[in-house]
Amino acid sequence: MHTLNILIMGFISIVIVNNLVFTKFLGICPYLGVSGRIDMAFGMGMAVTFVVTLSGTLTWLIDHLILMPYGLEVTRYVCFILVIAGAVQLVEMYIRRFFPSLYDSFGIFLPLITTNCAILGLCLFINLYGIDNLVEAVVLSFGAGIGFTMAICIMAGIRETLDMADVPACLKGAPITLITAGLLALAFMGFAGMIRIG
Amino acid sequence: MASNSEARAGIYGDTFLAGLWRENPVLRLLLGMCPTLAVTAAVKPAFTMGCCVIFVLVCSNIIVSLMRNLLKPHLRILMFTLTISTFVTIADLFLKAYVPRMSEMLGPYVPLIIVNCIIICRAEACASKNGLAVSVIDAIGMGVGFTLTLCVLAGVRELLATGAIFEIQILALQKEGGWFVAWAAMGMPVGAFLTLGLMLGLVNIISKGRT
Repeated sequence: MHTLNILIMGFISIVIVNNLVFTKFLGICPYLGVSGRIDMAFGMGMAVTFVVTLSGTLTWLIDHLILMPYGLEVTRYVCFILVIAGAVQLVEMYIRRFFPSLYDSFGIFLPLITTNCAILGLCLFINLYGIDNLVEAVVLSFGAGIGFTMAICIMAGIRETLDMADVPACLKGAPITLITAGLLALAFMGFAGMIRIG
Repeated sequence: MASNSEARAGIYGDTFLAGLWRENPVLRLLLGMCPTLAVTAAVKPAFTMGCCVIFVLVCSNIIVSLMRNLLKPHLRILMFTLTISTFVTIADLFLKAYVPRMSEMLGPYVPLIIVNCIIICRAEACASKNGLAVSVIDAIGMGVGFTLTLCVLAGVRELLATGAIFEIQILALQKEGGWFVAWAAMGMPVGAFLTLGLMLGLVNIISKGRT
């Protein structure tokens, strides 16, 4: 029961309280780039969730089974980025095969998941928090993906409405999106301190 | 011959200046947003971050430029990433050894330079197509442009959040008998998003006024 409690708390914490986009600024590039329409935002969120769960789990395993026992921590970043690039390649092949229309609308942003900071960032945070339990690592990675999906879908919803709004010419596009993100971050700050890790 | 070298100097100067304003990575190309937002709560970490990015950018551009004829198209992104992550590891170990306090402050954002889109974008757009000299100058221009933007953003935020720039007190805080009320939100994520958004708006106004 106690373990389950920790897992649920960890999940809520990474989805809401320590949301990667609003508190750690990770994954801002696709967040600004793909949040124009809600269906694309959701597809992107799902792709990121899959990649982040896979790579979070794999990097934890590699870190604890190979790098740490043999004292190879120096190569950690190189290994992490290789795992992520491989996972993204897998997702890209899968989407091209089964959802060709989605594949076309993503364009350059799909391979760019490799350079999505949220994914590498999460792998590094798992390492930084000193998570020494595989289940916790999996739950945290999955939660990070869900948190990203939630953030990007909220943003897409707002931006679809924002298209009708009378925004000053100089703020159109990225600036107003950033300002909106700022207000969202302010709202999410209300959750701060709800749960403390560790 | 003289005109040839003059023309070449012109190209170099142009490449350098492009990174500072016309193609400024943050303000114009919207690249590398994550570190821009994350490390700009104060000027000191922002400056350190900028220096790390310049180092990694220059080194990886040199290597990519040297091996540009050996690259296979479908493997090139992988090669770029591996090159970049090697230099980031060097930078990270250097910071840990010589400025441990700063390394602790920047935390995971140093390794996150690997996925900084600026570096991969310059490797792809410039270094894999141009010779050594142009690549190095482009890297320096882009890096300096990035660092300057970071420092300006961090300056505004630090001033409003603590009344200081580079940890030197400029505005007298109210709790110490002055008049300035520290604006805590500026040091938090909210401040980063808002300031950058307004800054981009300002840049739009300035560049429109010119043309």
